[in-house]
Amino acid sequence: MSTIEDPTVNADGNPLQLSHLRVLEAEAIHIMREVAAELEKPVLLFSGGKDSIVLLRLAEKAFRPGRFPFPLMHVDTGHNFPEVIEFRDRRVAELGERLIVASVQDSIDQGRVKEETGPRASRNRLQTTTLLDAIEEHGFDAAFGGARRDEERARAKERIFSFRDDFGTWDPKRQRPELWSLYNGRVARGESVRVFPLSNWTELDVWQYIAEEDLEVPNIYFAHEREVFKRDGMLYATSDHMELMENEEPFTTSVRYRTVGDMSCTGAVASTAADLDTVVGEIAATRITERGETRADDRVTEAAMEDRKVAGYF
Amino acid sequence: MTAPVTTIESALLRIATAGSVDDGKSTLIGRLLYDSKAILADQLEQVQEASERRSGEGGLDLSLLTDGLRAEREQGITIDVAYRYFQTARRKFVLADTPGHVQYTRNMVTGASTADVAIILIDARHGVVEQTRRHTFIASLLGIPHLAVCVNKMDLVDYAEDVFDGIVRDFCALAKQLGVKDVEFFPISAKLGDNVVDASAAMNWYSGTPLLEHLETLSLADDEAGQDTRFPVQWVIRDHDADYRGYAGTVAGGVLRAGDAVVVLPSGVQTTIAAVETIDGELDAAFAPMSVTVRLADNVDASRGDMIARAPGATNEVAPLVTRELSADVSWMAEAPLRPGARLALKHTTSSVRAIVEGLDDVVDIATLERVVSPDELALNDIGRVRLRVSKPLAVDPYERNRTTGSFILIYEATNESVGAGMIR
Repeated sequence: MSTIEDPTVNADGNPLQLSHLRVLEAEAIHIMREVAAELEKPVLLFSGGKDSIVLLRLAEKAFRPGRFPFPLMHVDTGHNFPEVIEFRDRRVAELGERLIVASVQDSIDQGRVKEETGPRASRNRLQTTTLLDAIEEHGFDAAFGGARRDEERARAKERIFSFRDDFGTWDPKRQRPELWSLYNGRVARGESVRVFPLSNWTELDVWQYIAEEDLEVPNIYFAHEREVFKRDGMLYATSDHMELMENEEPFTTSVRYRTVGDMSCTGAVASTAADLDTVVGEIAATRITERGETRADDRVTEAAMEDRKVAGYF
Repeated sequence: MTAPVTTIESALLRIATAGSVDDGKSTLIGRLLYDSKAILADQLEQVQEASERRSGEGGLDLSLLTDGLRAEREQGITIDVAYRYFQTARRKFVLADTPGHVQYTRNMVTGASTADVAIILIDARHGVVEQTRRHTFIASLLGIPHLAVCVNKMDLVDYAEDVFDGIVRDFCALAKQLGVKDVEFFPISAKLGDNVVDASAAMNWYSGTPLLEHLETLSLADDEAGQDTRFPVQWVIRDHDADYRGYAGTVAGGVLRAGDAVVVLPSGVQTTIAAVETIDGELDAAFAPMSVTVRLADNVDASRGDMIARAPGATNEVAPLVTRELSADVSWMAEAPLRPGARLALKHTTSSVRAIVEGLDDVVDIATLERVVSPDELALNDIGRVRLRVSKPLAVDPYERNRTTGSFILIYEATNESVGAGMIR
């Protein structure tokens, strides 16, 4: 300890102490720098959703005033919300970084995947092939994703550095032990790691961070009037990509989105929260998880997420 | 802009729990989440459905909340570390739930490596058993600063004070043997909720707080990572247009301020900190675990893997030891045993080097906690004292002085698997 001043207090005499958000931020920045230093060709997956918006902010904190040591990539199902795509392109331009768009439509056109049909058709599952193909094509050995452990119980067991074999698959029983903040990013040719810097964040943390950092998010996260219909207890937006079933009647109401994904499997919640503070208040008071409330893809079976992750999904 | 400073109440607490299904560990976690309202309606519905499917009757099996993988739910076991998050008005909690079987020692080490507090579960009917000794040993080995011992299933021993007192006495003897200092005891019933979140009406003889209140108010002020200044250089940020060069990293100990006289190790070059900053601007001070960028006054040669510490003589801080010889307790995690002569990759802070095992001094008998000297090998899940020689000098501290600069991992170079966790002694 210093003999001159007390090093454990600030200039104003307050004890040195970080808020939990700043602890989470520091951890995420550390993780991003480790990946940049230890892996040859990382990529950051940016969808325009709230979690990847936070990832971009953290990348700025980790690497500015230098450039990002990796490009950004979006796996575009072609059925995304136009407001989000507009936001995505604008944000990338502001940052002056490079964006790669991997298109599910291209995978369909090339015969790599087959489009589902019928009113419950979704391109969500098809993304996995497009993602794995893009990782292989560009030779990426690490991909940052915005997934959080509080989202779902298979995710709760996943390491921050999630090792994938050369088929992109996750083996939950053969995960590398992850000790202290010493991450092992070593991979053989063809293998890769998915890296989740927001692993320890909750949905509320993400929103509080967006508020504290004053980050812009796509406007569909705030309440707006939209034509929707009810299916399985969820509200879906009407669009060219959605086929209505019998007895499904569109109506217009005030909604916002808690998650932003493929339009065919992402539901809206009835809400009048039109600004960040009100949204944070609603999230803090909610009694339903975000995936339970708004994601049809996790409702299929008790282990839906685990099965998709084993197949190479995020 | 100054450092983001708030009061301690809003900080993050990392908890590790150890125990087997039989101890009621999953039920305790389920209870903490349920009673602190961290379980949301749809999760509860899933658990209700699953409880009914499995038992064929009503009632809520809270343990089903934490078992995330298909095999775990089918076999009723916990395979891997699961992370849970909950928040109260006072604090945010990250809970690493680890399996307690002997074959899962490596998972417990994983979950416990960053913990501020370990919850040790004891079945009131069985008292301190071998598993308790093992869990407590691992907690002490990993330098977890606080232990919360929960004597569970008090309802099955008629909430008897003397049963609780007997277990407290036995555990204190164990804690003394292991040199564990901060221990608190809680008589609980996870199943019925006694003394977990709410105080028990059935144990008026207990005057302490419920477990959650203890976790909310536990002070970490004295056990933030070491007092000596340590800054491993992680990444060099350059902006050629602006002639900018900053050393980015995560503070591992002490406090960094502009004007501090520092030394770059292992080279020993001395300089002064010109600024401590983030993209938001210069900071008054940086301390663990902040991720910051340090600019140095002189154009010195520093890169990833180097350690910045206070210059000798500038303070009464203890300098790191710059060495190629390490003596460490190693938790071995590979199927194949570790033997003298083995060559591995070693990662210490941001430094990756090669290492050779010079010798095995002892191995801990997990049943008696005694050290058996000169073993031939360390087998899977063994913990023992290992002497290593590394290819380049490292700036290290004893683990008890600094959990970040005193730890390393061992990696098989052929397969890239992480196979060992080392704590420098």
